[in-house]
Order: sequence, then structure tokens, then C-alpha cells
Amino acid sequence: MAKVILEVNRLKKFFDVNRNQTLQAVNDVSFQINEGETFGLVGESGCGKSTIGRTILGLYHKTAGEVLYDGEDIHSLKENDRFKLHKKMQMIFQDPYASLNPRSTVQEIISEPMEIHRLYRHKKEIKERVYQLLAEVGLQRDHANRYPHEFSGGQRQRIGIARALALNPEFIIADEPISALDVSIQAQVVNLLKEIQHEKGLTFLFIAHDLSMVKQISDRIGVMYLGNLIELTKSEQLYDHPYHPYTKALLSAIPIPDPEVEEKRERIILQGELPSPINPPSGCVFRTRCPMAMLICEQQKPPFREIAPEHFVACHLYS
Amino acid sequence: MEKLLEVHDLHVAFSTYGGTIKAVRGVNFYLHKGETLAIVGESGCGKSVTSQAIMRLIPEPPGKIVRGKVMFKGKEITRYTEKQMRSIRGVEISMIFQDPMTALNPTLTIGTQLMEGLQEHQSIRGETATSKALEMMHLVGIPNPKERLKQYPHQFSGGMRQRIVIAMALICEPELLIADEPTTALDVTIQAQILELFTTIQAKTGISIILITHDLGVVAKIADRIAVMYAGKIIETGTKRDLFYNQQHPYTKGLLKSVPRLDLKEEQLSPIDGTPPDLFAPPQGCPFTARCPYAMEVCDNVYPVTTERSSSHRVDCWLQDKRAQQLLARTANQ
Repeated sequence: MAKVILEVNRLKKFFDVNRNQTLQAVNDVSFQINEGETFGLVGESGCGKSTIGRTILGLYHKTAGEVLYDGEDIHSLKENDRFKLHKKMQMIFQDPYASLNPRSTVQEIISEPMEIHRLYRHKKEIKERVYQLLAEVGLQRDHANRYPHEFSGGQRQRIGIARALALNPEFIIADEPISALDVSIQAQVVNLLKEIQHEKGLTFLFIAHDLSMVKQISDRIGVMYLGNLIELTKSEQLYDHPYHPYTKALLSAIPIPDPEVEEKRERIILQGELPSPINPPSGCVFRTRCPMAMLICEQQKPPFREIAPEHFVACHLYS
Repeated sequence: MEKLLEVHDLHVAFSTYGGTIKAVRGVNFYLHKGETLAIVGESGCGKSVTSQAIMRLIPEPPGKIVRGKVMFKGKEITRYTEKQMRSIRGVEISMIFQDPMTALNPTLTIGTQLMEGLQEHQSIRGETATSKALEMMHLVGIPNPKERLKQYPHQFSGGMRQRIVIAMALICEPELLIADEPTTALDVTIQAQILELFTTIQAKTGISIILITHDLGVVAKIADRIAVMYAGKIIETGTKRDLFYNQQHPYTKGLLKSVPRLDLKEEQLSPIDGTPPDLFAPPQGCPFTARCPYAMEVCDNVYPVTTERSSSHRVDCWLQDKRAQQLLARTANQ
């Protein structure tokens, strides 16, 4: 059995919208990530997947629940210990245009985390390390003296990856790292992430809305809807045997680039829109759009339970 | 079949401080009545500029239609004055944009914005306009249209706003709809709803659609014919079957191989190495040469001649040349 490196237990993150309204961005989510695996978190915009990523890193304070990294509760660490922990956990951001300082050179961008954590004593060592990192992500030495605007989107994302790798982290959260890129470039970046993981034995939390890409890179996948984790299983299993009606609809909504397959597919078109997380439906949050909704779905929140080996679903249909 | 739209040798350039960007460099295509043509390509390939040039929406300066003509129903609309263009836009050719959040005016009600086109172009006002607006809202599937008409854009979700934008585009019953990445800003389950809507509307009204997208899955679902653009040129065009099952250009092949498929179990994605060329100084030969695994010497120097593989399928690639075929056969034998 693989070692559990990250444990998220009944995590809640609410945001106060105004005096009497709260937005329930993440509501009672639990999962574990094993050492060396890639855990994919998917869902549509506003489902809380990015909030989970940020709360895990401690960028947001939690509302309730706990996040354990290697057995330590991230949110109750003292500042000093937290600083040390951040050396092990790094993040790759979605927008390669917004996440790099336009006034810093690539050299400065990549060396900043090493300077903050005082990893090396001499400037020269840092410089060497930057060159090494640039080579690892498929960029050239002379790129170090250039500014972000001189690079294409794909190259910028490589710079972001180099920065995340600078501290030799154990765990990387990648929040939609490819959604701002063109398709032919997306594949380049996904392959690079896979390679890096293979070489360094990193653990990844890969957050994305594009299920076909997530399937490519993940070992296990969690599906979110309106702040709730509704299904979690191994990547292949999720595609071959989805249980939750939302997962089924989500999978059938993704068009496949093959006209013959596309013509024969049965499509489940969900009616209606995502309800507001400020005032989520009672019971099961998906019931307002669910084609199989029953009376109980309105009254009780379905428990998140294991209905097949390593396959968790929160749905009354399977209880 | 009747050709509704023909584009001949279209060139569009933008002058900037850094020099002239040749965004569209000699584009040719046509559109039959009632069909859906998808223009596919990556960002910066000129697909949006092509559609804006058809509508004459290129800001001048810095942009300019350098050369070429656009024929709509047999008339050369590239020669039209701005006033003549205004009588076509929204009436005979409509356009919808990628971002439904910015395509609507936040200070006007949905009803006002929907009926604006009717008043402007067809002088329809009052109750006739309202009933037409309600009919359109019904067509695009907006519940409680009567109340919704009085609401403002911020009271609608992204998917609903895109439906409104579609209703606005269709209200004067145009013959051609240009949709520029209409579902890119939407979630997949909402995208599925909107694509379904396009199909129903086309079946009901017989409208022709030019769909601009980078998503090959969307193309596989709703296009009849496809044009693949790269660095300002259409490098391959054909029916959906031609391009998905008998694609010839190495770029088209690469593009199809680099997208992951939900229904298949692949080990590794095959990306196209490198990046598209700089359009300040586009290469003299084939623009894909630097990334092409089959590049030959000729590709660097001369842009390939167009090969017609069938009446529908055209490719711009030197590999189609007889001499290249011999070369390939020889290397394969070695």
C-alpha cells in the first residue's frame, strides 16, 4: 500500500459575501493523495476545485476540517514551520501571462524562491541552478536574461514550472496549468510534467476542467460539483464505469474528435444551470439538474461511500 | 449547390510599431447554403481576422484588407461602402463572439438589446418587436422569456448570456452566421447545450454557419466541411470525412494526434514540437517547415502549390508532388 502524503479531512471553505450570506465554495470534502501519484481534480467553473488547491497550500484559511501533509496539520503550523513546509509544496498557476512578473528577467523569476529560502550561499550557485532548471524544462541558457513578454504561452508555462521546481519540492499543485495554451502546446506541457514526475518521483495535484487531459495524466480522479466531491476513483475506472449521474453527463458532454464516434454516441444533455453556491440546493446538490432525482435526494445529503473497491460515490442511487 | 459566400485571395495586414503583421495571407474558401464550415487553427493563425474581414470589422488603421475579394450572394461586398455594409451586418450576416460577458451592454435590458436590431434594420417597434423578441428567446431556450426580457445581463449566467447573444444574432433572420469560438468560454455541459441549439436552429431555419474554433471535438460534432489554418493560410480543406480520416497535411495530422481522446487509452500524447512562425516575417516557403517532420529543401524556399485530391479536398503541401512521393518511397525502402 502506498504511503499517504496528503490527507484532506472534511474540509470546508466558506467565503462571506456580505453580512448574512456565505458562499460555500468547498463543503465537506475528504480525500487522500498517495506519495508519487497524480491526483486529478475536475469539475466545471465555480465548483471549488481551485479553492481546494489554494486551501491545501494555506493560501486561504480553512473554515473547518483539516489538511494533513505528512501527518502535520498545515493550518495549525507556526509561521516558521509553515515556511519550511512551503519548500516542499509548490504551485503552478493557470495563467502564464499573469503569474510571471513582467519586470523581472527569467533568471530573477526562477531564483526568487531559492533566495527567499536561502538555499545557496553564492549568487553563482543560484545561477548554475537556474541554467540546470531551464534545461530540465526544455529552455535554453540564454533565455535566462530575457523578460516574460519575449516568450510564447507554452514557454512561459515552462518558466512557471522551472520556478516551481527550484526548491526541489515533493508535492506540486498544478491549477489548470494548460488551459490557457493551444492544443499542440498543451500536449508538450503535459508530457513535460509527466517526464518530470517520472524522474523526480513528485506527487501532483492536477486541477483542471478538461477531462480528456486529466485522464491522460492522472492515476486517480476526483469529480467535484458545487463544492462537493461526488465521485472518486482510478482514472480508467472513472471513464469506463462512472456511477454518479453528473459524471456520466460530464463525460458524455465532451465532444470526441472523431465524427463517426461522435455520431453514434448517446448524449446526456443536462438541463438548466449550475445553482448558486451561496444558496445551494438542499440534500444532494446535483438534484436540480439530475435526470434521476428522487424524493430522498431533496431531503438527505447522500453519503460519500465506497461502492466498489476504491470507487467512492456520493449518490442515493447506490445506497 | 448554391454558393452563399466566396472568399478569394484574402490578405489582411496590421501595421504596428514593430512592423507589419501579415495576419491573413491569401485565403480562399467558399460556403454553400445551409452548411456549416469550421475554420480550425491555433491562436494567431488568422481565423478570427478572416471572419472579421468578411464582416469588414477590421479596425482601419492599423488593419487593412490588402487584397482579395469577398463575394456574398454573388455581390462583391469588399467594395461596399460603410453604409451598405451596415445594411448587411446583422440582417444578412450576423456574428457572435467568444465572450458572452463582454458582448452585451451591461446598462441596457436584454429586451432593449434584442430589439435594437429590429428597430435599426427593419423599423419594427412596439408589440411586434416584443413578440418577435419573445419568439427568439423561446427558440434559444430561455425559460420565462416575458420576465427575462426586462432583466439586465448580470442577472444571467454565462450559458444564458450566450443564448441571448445567439438570439440577438438571429433576430433579423440572417442567411449567414459567423460564430467565433462561441463555446470556448463555457463549461462542457453548457457547451453541449449550445451546440445542440446550433443544430436545432440550423434544421429549423436553414442558416449557413461559419464556426471558428480550436476544438476538434466540437468540429467533429457539428461541421460539414473544415478549413485548417496555419500562419495566415488555409493549408488543408475538405469535408469532415476527408480531414478526420484521410488528412494529408502533416500539420493536420499533428493537430489530430496532439489532442487526447476520452474514448481511447493512449500512453503518450504526441505534441507538435516548436511554435508557429512569427508573422512579422513569415517564411517564404511553407510556414510549417520548421515544425514538420517531413520537411524537404523545397519547403523552405517555395510555398507549395495547391493539390486537389478530390472536388472537396485541397491540400497545400509538397508531399503531394509526384517527386516527393518517389523520394518517400525510396527512403522507406532503405
